[in-house]
Amino acid sequence: MVRIFLLLFLSFVTFAAPARADDSLAGFASGDYAQTQQAVEALAQSGNPRAVDILSALQASKLYYLPDQTLVIKGEDGGYANALTGEPVKVETSDDDDDAGPKEVRVNNNVRSAIEAALGGLQLFDSNPAKRLAAAGAVFTAHNPVAIPALDKALEKEADPSVKRLMQQARAAAVLSSDDATQETKLSAVETLRVRGDIEARSLLGALAGQQGPVGDAAAAAVSSIDFNLQIWSFAQSIYYGLSLGSVLLLAAAGLAITFGVMGVINMAHGEMVMLGAYTTFVVQQLMRAYLPGIYGANLIFAIPAAFLVTAVIGIAIERSLIRWLYGRPLETLLATWGLSLMLQQVVRSLFGPNNRDVDTPWWMSGATQVGGLTLTWNRFYIIIFAGIVVAALMAALRYTSLGLRMRAVTQNRRMAAAMGIRTPWIDALTFGLGSGVAGMAGVALSQIDNVSPNLGQSYIIDSFMVVVFGGVGNLWGTTIGALTLGIVNKFLEPFAGAVLGKIVVLVLLILFVQRNPRGMFPLKGRAVEA
Amino acid sequence: MTTGDETTAGVNTGDTLLYLDGVTVTFDGFRALNALSLVLEKGEMRAMVGPNGAGKTTMMDVITGKTRPDEGKVVFGKDIDLTSMDEPSIAALGIGRKFQKPTVFEPLTVWDNVLLALAGDRSPRFSLFARQSADEKVRVESILETTRLTDHRWRRAADLSHGQKQWLEIGMLLAQDPQLLLVDEPVAGMTDAETEQTAHLLREINKSHSVVVVEHDMAFVRALGVKVTVLHEGSVLSEGSLDFVSEDPKVIEVYLGR
Amino acid sequence: MKLGTSGYLTVALVMGVAIVLAVLNQMTPATSPLHVPTYVVALAGKYLCFAMLALAVDLVWGFAGILSLGHAAFFALGGYAMGMYLMRQIGTRGVYGNPMLPDFMVFLGWKELPWYWYGFNWFPFAMLMVVVVPGLLAAVFGWLAFRSRVTGVYLSIITQALTYALLLAFFRNDMGFGGNNGMTDFKDILGFNVQADSTRSALLVISALFLCLQFLVARFVVDSRFGKILVAVRDTESRTRFLGYRPESYKLVVWVLSAVMAAIGGALYVPQVGIINPSEFAPGNSIEAVIWVAVGGRGTLVGAIIGAVLVNFGKTWFTGALPELWLYALGAMFIFVTLFLPRGVMGLFQRRSRREAEADAPAAAAAQEVTG
Repeated sequence: MVRIFLLLFLSFVTFAAPARADDSLAGFASGDYAQTQQAVEALAQSGNPRAVDILSALQASKLYYLPDQTLVIKGEDGGYANALTGEPVKVETSDDDDDAGPKEVRVNNNVRSAIEAALGGLQLFDSNPAKRLAAAGAVFTAHNPVAIPALDKALEKEADPSVKRLMQQARAAAVLSSDDATQETKLSAVETLRVRGDIEARSLLGALAGQQGPVGDAAAAAVSSIDFNLQIWSFAQSIYYGLSLGSVLLLAAAGLAITFGVMGVINMAHGEMVMLGAYTTFVVQQLMRAYLPGIYGANLIFAIPAAFLVTAVIGIAIERSLIRWLYGRPLETLLATWGLSLMLQQVVRSLFGPNNRDVDTPWWMSGATQVGGLTLTWNRFYIIIFAGIVVAALMAALRYTSLGLRMRAVTQNRRMAAAMGIRTPWIDALTFGLGSGVAGMAGVALSQIDNVSPNLGQSYIIDSFMVVVFGGVGNLWGTTIGALTLGIVNKFLEPFAGAVLGKIVVLVLLILFVQRNPRGMFPLKGRAVEA
Repeated sequence: MTTGDETTAGVNTGDTLLYLDGVTVTFDGFRALNALSLVLEKGEMRAMVGPNGAGKTTMMDVITGKTRPDEGKVVFGKDIDLTSMDEPSIAALGIGRKFQKPTVFEPLTVWDNVLLALAGDRSPRFSLFARQSADEKVRVESILETTRLTDHRWRRAADLSHGQKQWLEIGMLLAQDPQLLLVDEPVAGMTDAETEQTAHLLREINKSHSVVVVEHDMAFVRALGVKVTVLHEGSVLSEGSLDFVSEDPKVIEVYLGR
Repeated sequence: MKLGTSGYLTVALVMGVAIVLAVLNQMTPATSPLHVPTYVVALAGKYLCFAMLALAVDLVWGFAGILSLGHAAFFALGGYAMGMYLMRQIGTRGVYGNPMLPDFMVFLGWKELPWYWYGFNWFPFAMLMVVVVPGLLAAVFGWLAFRSRVTGVYLSIITQALTYALLLAFFRNDMGFGGNNGMTDFKDILGFNVQADSTRSALLVISALFLCLQFLVARFVVDSRFGKILVAVRDTESRTRFLGYRPESYKLVVWVLSAVMAAIGGALYVPQVGIINPSEFAPGNSIEAVIWVAVGGRGTLVGAIIGAVLVNFGKTWFTGALPELWLYALGAMFIFVTLFLPRGVMGLFQRRSRREAEADAPAAAAAQEVTG
């Protein structure tokens, strides 16, 4: 008899397991935040298959309870479904009696963080590793001690090393927030977070760093170590941003280093050559989408030579028709080319409209990669590489090709070069074409990071001139170093001064620099300067 | 007669007007002046000769403050160190310079060119309110007389012939009334008659001023009849009368040897 | 000082046209065929202010060889100083009705007037600042630039960088100059309603007076021995040094004078157009001012005035009739003038008058000898 009773009792208990989950759900209908929070935690550990749905609904403020304490979830269509079964429920609402209708389960910040931890804990067992990784991240952010048992269970099964590492970090974070963990576990948790070493780990540890005792000391030590690492990474990140900005400046200025630096022609329409290069990219993309959709991903590879050719031909035309009449009159050249730049802008405005045109970024240039604490965006990364290639090619062209030799001969001694049979007018035209073509290629790169509009060139022209003057006119190395220095200085000033003020500071510094060293960082010396 | 080798040993006596000691100037590794030493007496006229690139123009640049020497001393008068001064201060001390290529103020009249060169206050404030004084007028007229430009005084300097521009520039030097005149190739591009007149003019000037003349034209140097310094690769190769230096084996080797 | 025919003619024309326009605006009823509408008066006033800017550019570019691509910065600074005075005059009539703070400061939640706004409610102080601030900026900039012998295009490029830096600075709200929107909605100047026809007419005549005054000062400077030295510096700077002149001090004097002239133009410009904002600092504006001078004829002073009025008249007409074509026209003008008309409109007149002048040379010479 006793046995039967026992059996009955046991069966009652086993049956009661789901019933107990139902009991815990009662907390949701209590209207009390503390009980709601307990209900969240209980539901998370119950293993109830509907737990994720219920908690998600609660997170989205869609969980309601009826006067009879039945939990319902409000659907997109405004209807309700039973939270435990998922079956539709007919709910009667009445205007007179507020108590008659469904009531929203309300949450405060504590409840919200319990929900996050619970959801994270539940998804730790998902079959998709990406989901598990995201869940571990969510648990880490919530760092609620409630999640520790779930994490322990998940860690036993986890095979993916990166997910496992993040789970361990999440567990360490939870351990540090728990009141009843032992000192040893806490110390090892501090160590785990120190190794993680990012800004979130730092803020967790920072909260502990003030405490008395070995854990507090370890946390303080870990914080300073993380700070040091973070500083190094942020320094590296600033360098990267600076290099990226510098390479953009370099691309914009490299063509100018040829036309202004080597030929001494002040081409205020240089920015428009860049702009035309960007529009060529746009046109190439349109054409390829229409006629060569199969290799559309390679559109930039086609755009680079196209932009070079288009702008080089326009450059040669400009030199032949306008600039050659103005040699030896730099200030007049400046004015005439400024006029030209206005006209080119207006032509583009008439042809393509005044608004920005959308230039696609190919898939291999979008997104970013993480190297340690460093975020490298692919488009910037490729632009740095591209700038390096362009400058190297330009230097090689000037040094090793016969055209480069002639160009240098003409710039150094025009009459002697002419006497030796070099056709100086053609060399002038080709040099100018080369400089313009390089500007066009810069336009391809800029189309990836800037708005392609008729005013694109205007924003680069002053910077480009400053770079060339800063680096020392007639010196490609100087231009390179000048551009990169300016880019890096700019990016290092930004955190203190803000983007605009940083730029102003750089401009003022440049003005002062040019006044101290009128011939730039790497001036030409000797008699040649006077000539 | 002294020979070139001992000139540097000359002590800075009261009669010394200009004294260069071990002056070296380097342009990107090229030594334009190589430990050049030179002493010029008060009232002296000196002709400097030497092949292209010997450092004649660079020496003038150093004396007038256009180029700073890397090493060495340049002393004017008793103890004025020229290496620490800029061009206008040196000009104010009384060193005038005529360029190799005649350099006059082309848009201005001949008269105005001389007027601006006249010794006097050089400050912007003075020049804003300056009116031409009777004394200035007399001085300009006498200089135009000396340089035979009286008939051309209202012409723009740009409209003068090459020789007239050379003369105008010499006239401007006279107007400055400096203690020392540095004259770079004054007869380049002149006719024989003009060359002779220029030599005469320089001898006249030398009566009241010290003069250094750089010139390629040996006939002209002979006509001047003064002590000659031969520069080669930035230092003094030989020094003495024209006959002496033209028989100096070192000079012969440099001019004819290679 | 000898003004010459063109000089007298310029002064007479500028004053005459200004007075006639003002009188016709004030004295004739709106129905009369002779009536000049107020917008024409305001437009003419604007042209004269631009002419002051052009005169300033010509003084440094034409006579000292300094091609400033940043002169609009001085113009705008003068304008801002005037704008600050006008803002303070609004008083409680602003949208927020704050007696001390201009609307944009209230909007930004500022509680106190920044120190650099003190005194601008007092007209003489504001007018002093119109001259002092741009003059000081020019003095510091010029002293640094000329002392280190920055010349030619290098100088042009850093003047452009200067105005570009100021453009960026004035765009910032926390500079306290109204940021992007600048200053506008002015009410009155010295107690007169800025919008009133009579004030507009008076401002036109005052602008004409200042333009003539500036023209006379500029003529005095270029005709003096100082002016001759300036021309010498322009063409053969190193030669003047060996003569004992300090080109940097000559350039500095004329540079500061020119900046002040531009600033006065800017100060008169603001009440007539009713707004000042950072776009006045745009590098393009400065370059446009240079083309006014080039069109009129560089180094003639009179040409600067003619060029400014001609080009701006063209701009008004084009932007009204054929707005699409204005940039083509302006661009083509830059190119045409530099290629085919290097001495500008004045060059067309001078070619003839020079021939006459050469015939008169002995007489002129005799005249100078007498005065000399």
